[in-house]
Amino acid sequence: MSIWRWLAGAAVLLIGRILRRRRVSREDAGKSPRETSADRTQERRNVPEWAPARGTELVVAVLLLLGGLFAAGFVVVYAEFSAAKLPNELLGACIALSVAFIALALALFAHRLVPTEELEEDYPQEHPEEQREVAEIVASAGSRITRRRLLLGTGSIAGGALGLATLAPVLSLGPLWYTAPLFRTPWRRGTRLVDESGRPLSAAVIQEGSYYTAFPERGDRENIGAPLVVVRVEPSQLRLPAGRAAWAPLGILAYSKICTHAGCAVALYRKPTFRVVEPEPALVCPCHYSTFNPATGGSVIFGPAGRPLPQLPLMIDAAGNLRAAGNFSGPVGPSWWGVRLGRAR
Amino acid sequence: MSRRRLIPLATALAALVGAALTLAQPQSGIVRPTTEPPRESVKLGAELYAGNCASCHGIAGSGILRPRPGAGNVIGAGPPLKGVGAAAADLYLRTGFMPLPDIHAQPELRRVLLSDKEIRSLVAFVASLAPGPAIPRPDPAAGSLASGFSLFTEHCAGCHQAVAQGGFVTGARVPPLHGLTAVQIAEAVRIGPYLMPRFSAAQISDAQLNSIVDYVLSTNRPDNPGGWAIGNIGPISEGILAWLTGIMLAIACIGLGRRLKR
Repeated sequence: MSIWRWLAGAAVLLIGRILRRRRVSREDAGKSPRETSADRTQERRNVPEWAPARGTELVVAVLLLLGGLFAAGFVVVYAEFSAAKLPNELLGACIALSVAFIALALALFAHRLVPTEELEEDYPQEHPEEQREVAEIVASAGSRITRRRLLLGTGSIAGGALGLATLAPVLSLGPLWYTAPLFRTPWRRGTRLVDESGRPLSAAVIQEGSYYTAFPERGDRENIGAPLVVVRVEPSQLRLPAGRAAWAPLGILAYSKICTHAGCAVALYRKPTFRVVEPEPALVCPCHYSTFNPATGGSVIFGPAGRPLPQLPLMIDAAGNLRAAGNFSGPVGPSWWGVRLGRAR
Repeated sequence: MSRRRLIPLATALAALVGAALTLAQPQSGIVRPTTEPPRESVKLGAELYAGNCASCHGIAGSGILRPRPGAGNVIGAGPPLKGVGAAAADLYLRTGFMPLPDIHAQPELRRVLLSDKEIRSLVAFVASLAPGPAIPRPDPAAGSLASGFSLFTEHCAGCHQAVAQGGFVTGARVPPLHGLTAVQIAEAVRIGPYLMPRFSAAQISDAQLNSIVDYVLSTNRPDNPGGWAIGNIGPISEGILAWLTGIMLAIACIGLGRRLKR
């Protein structure tokens, strides 16, 4: 965080210095460039200067500021709440009000501050003289804007804030540097598996052909690493990857219940009644039909998932209950840019 | 009677005779004892089993694990039936899951070709092979619709859809549950037919099963707040319908506008 403060401070200093240098150089030249250009246009002006509309200018500036304020409000709301609890109605109201105020400001600007000239004529054939006149009018039209800087300033505040508000949700694509929490799971060696109602899951209860949801005995169940799907497969059918031979006592397997594609709950278990002619056992995600083979370490056999389902090593304690024998084989949860760079911790 | 009137009459008569002949045909596929059927239920079951089931399930329910040609060169293979109990036999026979047209086919809800007495005999025979789970007796009236709904969404809706419309898992169709009886629903939960996992009493208690059955039966006549259910298949179909209607309205407006301009 302190890096950010330093960076912001440096940026403010730099901008201030550049602005100051400009002003100084302008004062050195004696006359501001704006004045000279005004003199020049005055010489060959065809249309009289419009009466300045200072009141309208002020209204436009205030509207632009309001637009900027609500866009900034969007960014603040977005930053203030965690991704899971974002108040959508507040975000929507902020962005809608911001766009509405900016639109109002622009409409007022166009109608009241931009001079409009009308040249009523019959349809001319080809009149080089008139054409030149129109061109001159356009080129040398008057202006009723007196506080150009004010409008430019408020306009850029509104535009900048709105731009920031549109860019802010990019952060939802995932943290850029501080990714450690994404790899954290509540499972440690010895953590007991419990069912939905908190009772310890006994190895004797787990039958082949059925499937069970389990959670860690302690810890947040809402944590994406918490829910497990537990199935039992005939031990002779197991083809687990190297190094996982002891992970499935009695053929009982535990996998993360969160699909590695988009993070849905892997809620479908297909088990053949007669495996000779029926499809092999598989865990299926109902969202996009990613299909994982529990017998081969959760490898993907169909669907959009790009990584196998993370497997949790199991052991059976003296009381016959299931316990974790370590952490997952890989990071849990949906895939993101850095998911392959770390391990579950 | 004029000839003109005779022709349609004759056609109708011919169609009627044809229909009667088709209906009079013996029900396809089922082999029945040619002699007087034995009174004893298990014996009739054994005879029906030998004629209709044994080519896939083997002699006395021993199963055929490696596909092999049987009578009429039909390839047969099937799981052993020893110990599956009355529940499985009753479910598979009363839903038309069995007999299968082909060993690779998925059991589906079909017209039941066996009579009620034949089914009872076959169930008794399969149950006599080895001890197995009996036919469950659920009592949906004792269940609660609300907890049935929450249990159904927790355990079943992933495959069967929230209003039991059915769906897919990779490699198989998931049947809709409409028209099933309470007993069949309870049997399916306990034994897990085809690719469905089974749920023991440790996972879903008998009381919870009553609630689930009550909920599934209620999906036969869902109340549709708002009127048109559009197949009860959820927000996607409803959204598509809204979009299509909107697009049609827009096209109609553009067309009207063009005609007015002319």
